[in-house]
Amino acid sequence: MKNKSLKWGRFLYTWLMLMVVWYAFTVSLAAAEIITGLIVTGIIAALNFTSFTCCGLRLFHPKRVLYLIQYAFVFIVALIKANFQVAKIVLNPKLPVNPGIVKFKTSLKSDFAKMVLANSITLTPGTLTVDLVEDEFYIHWLKMTAKDEAGIYEAIAADFEKILIKIFDK
Amino acid sequence: MGNALTYLGYFFVSIGAIFLFLGALGIFRMPDVYTRIQAGTKASTLGAMSLLLGVAFMEPDWWIKLVAMILFIAFSNPLSSHAIARGSYKNKLKPFSQEDIDAYEEVKEKMEEKE
Repeated sequence: MKNKSLKWGRFLYTWLMLMVVWYAFTVSLAAAEIITGLIVTGIIAALNFTSFTCCGLRLFHPKRVLYLIQYAFVFIVALIKANFQVAKIVLNPKLPVNPGIVKFKTSLKSDFAKMVLANSITLTPGTLTVDLVEDEFYIHWLKMTAKDEAGIYEAIAADFEKILIKIFDK
Repeated sequence: MGNALTYLGYFFVSIGAIFLFLGALGIFRMPDVYTRIQAGTKASTLGAMSLLLGVAFMEPDWWIKLVAMILFIAFSNPLSSHAIARGSYKNKLKPFSQEDIDAYEEVKEKMEEKE
């Protein structure tokens, strides 16, 4: 019984999200548009909700939404900072790169959180996720500033992971 | 007010153009495939995003579609660069490294033993 209610939650969540996207693209409240949207997104949600959702309605908890917004800010700041660093390297006539592939262990549990972390690391320039084996990340780093595992973790992932743990793993 | 938004749009489009140029310059200057992925795909994320943001300021009617495009870049870009990097490594392209630091080697050796 409990399992069934969870399924309904996941289905409704997918439906709601798709409906928001539908409304964003049509930007109209005409009855025909809304009804078509409800039917189409309902069918898509019914067929696909298992692959769209990982945590049901859990992510709608207000605290998690706040952390998600905080994460977006931290991420955008990191993105801009790192872009300027790479720009500086590219413009420097000596091309001061010191690349190498390093690894660190993550403490994140869920696959979804690991995926978000890996994509965030890749999106910030200067670091590139080459592979993820269980809980070890292999990162190609354009300009290494640390060599021990703690230093590597501190420089690449610590800021993101602190918030991601609060969003996904609690 | 509309005028101010247009100038803000010009500003973001210029920033985007500069970063896209730096990305291209990076591809030209970097020593090996991994560092080129870094310069090429990454410098262009901020470039493309800020370019689309600039267009959103200039044509406010389009902003939802432009935000969707920004999100699409944000989701697809890391996946493709990761796939290129992993594929290059599996095809035995050695990463260029002055200090010869390559933690991924051990994983690859293990995988080959399994095969």
